[in-house]
Amino acid sequence: MRMVPTPSQTVGPFFAFGLTQGKACSPCIAGPDAKGERLRLLCCVLDGDGVPIPDAMIEIWQADADGKYHHPDDPKSATADPACLGFGRMGTAEDGTCMFETIKPGRVPGPAGVLQSPHLNLALFARGLLKQLYTRVYFANDPANQEDPILVLVPKERRSTLIAQLENGGRWRFEINLQGERETVFFDV
Amino acid sequence: MTHLANRRSSLVAYSRHEPGTQPESLYEPYRSTLRRAPSKPLIFLPHTLSEVTGPVYGHGNIAETDNDLTAQHQGEPLGERIIVTGKVLDSNGRPVPQTLIEVWQANSAGRYAHLKDQHPAPLDRNFTGAGRTLTDEHGAYRFITIKPGAYPWLNHDNAWRPAHIHFSVFGRAFISRLVTQMYFPGDPLLAFDPVYQSVPDEKARQRMISKFDLETTQPHWALGFKFDIVLRGPDATLFESI
Repeated sequence: MRMVPTPSQTVGPFFAFGLTQGKACSPCIAGPDAKGERLRLLCCVLDGDGVPIPDAMIEIWQADADGKYHHPDDPKSATADPACLGFGRMGTAEDGTCMFETIKPGRVPGPAGVLQSPHLNLALFARGLLKQLYTRVYFANDPANQEDPILVLVPKERRSTLIAQLENGGRWRFEINLQGERETVFFDV
Repeated sequence: MTHLANRRSSLVAYSRHEPGTQPESLYEPYRSTLRRAPSKPLIFLPHTLSEVTGPVYGHGNIAETDNDLTAQHQGEPLGERIIVTGKVLDSNGRPVPQTLIEVWQANSAGRYAHLKDQHPAPLDRNFTGAGRTLTDEHGAYRFITIKPGAYPWLNHDNAWRPAHIHFSVFGRAFISRLVTQMYFPGDPLLAFDPVYQSVPDEKARQRMISKFDLETTQPHWALGFKFDIVLRGPDATLFESI
């Protein structure tokens, strides 16, 4: 029996008390005991006028340092790092930003067995978004980016919108532009 | 679920949406989409482990009154008490067990417990309007709450949102994640609401309208409404080695 999925609707402007406050807020994607290179990731969300969006929610899903997901459909999940549950969720502040704490994920198998470059999977929700937008966060200067089977699907001139940059002080920055010249690549999943 | 962990070296792909059954990002009558909808086409993403896995989230975090929004304060909230029940299924009709549902809503006067809600309707100190629960092994869930009020917004002249409860559901995969709104049958505001009307396909749109249910209605206490939620499910097996 094939059923039509329920349509998506916007989270609207008033989701914070239901989704991102108190125990529902999860800035820490990988616990302090997780294996791997620790990092902080600052996300910044901007609208078509370049104005920060203060009422967005970001969710991140990622693999552990060995590229394993905590999920029964990953054949390697039995040995996934129990300290890296791999999920984080935050609302943006007035300046359109939020900051996650995590580890750099390992390489996950992709199409035809080709290993993907380390990446975070990101879903963005906001007033004005009738359905969530999906994008990916890759890391600047990782040599594996050159051979990533998903990045090659993206027009060359737009690939840089998927790559977080390392700032002074060891923090990574990922800017999400909903429109404009630097419009972030979003995926049809 | 352990048998799933060991069962294969090929990857399940998820079904893609039929045209018209989901809103497009840009829907001009809903003005906030104008500066927020992406202007460039989305890039088709083949499903990898990154897409078909997803978080097991919120399991350790559910308190006893989390699915009873009328029992979270000292007194009873004002308004029409309702019981919302339903099932979470995937698009193959299979129940989605042990998945987190979160809800949030306005009070019976149409006011949210949110600092930025400026609607001049009263707050209710006995009602916050947020709840959470896990589906059981049959995909079933239950909330007790009060019927939210309609409220005005600034989208267009004399704009009112129909009464609705926001639902957030995880499902099995990061791409089965769904945030939607549950509406009430017979609401005259639905015809004028650009958020509801943003879904082109009428049948799909009507999935968002709950049904009055006499069976779950409790005599002398509360009206019952049924709201089943269908998430994307696995499609044909993608024969890929991973």
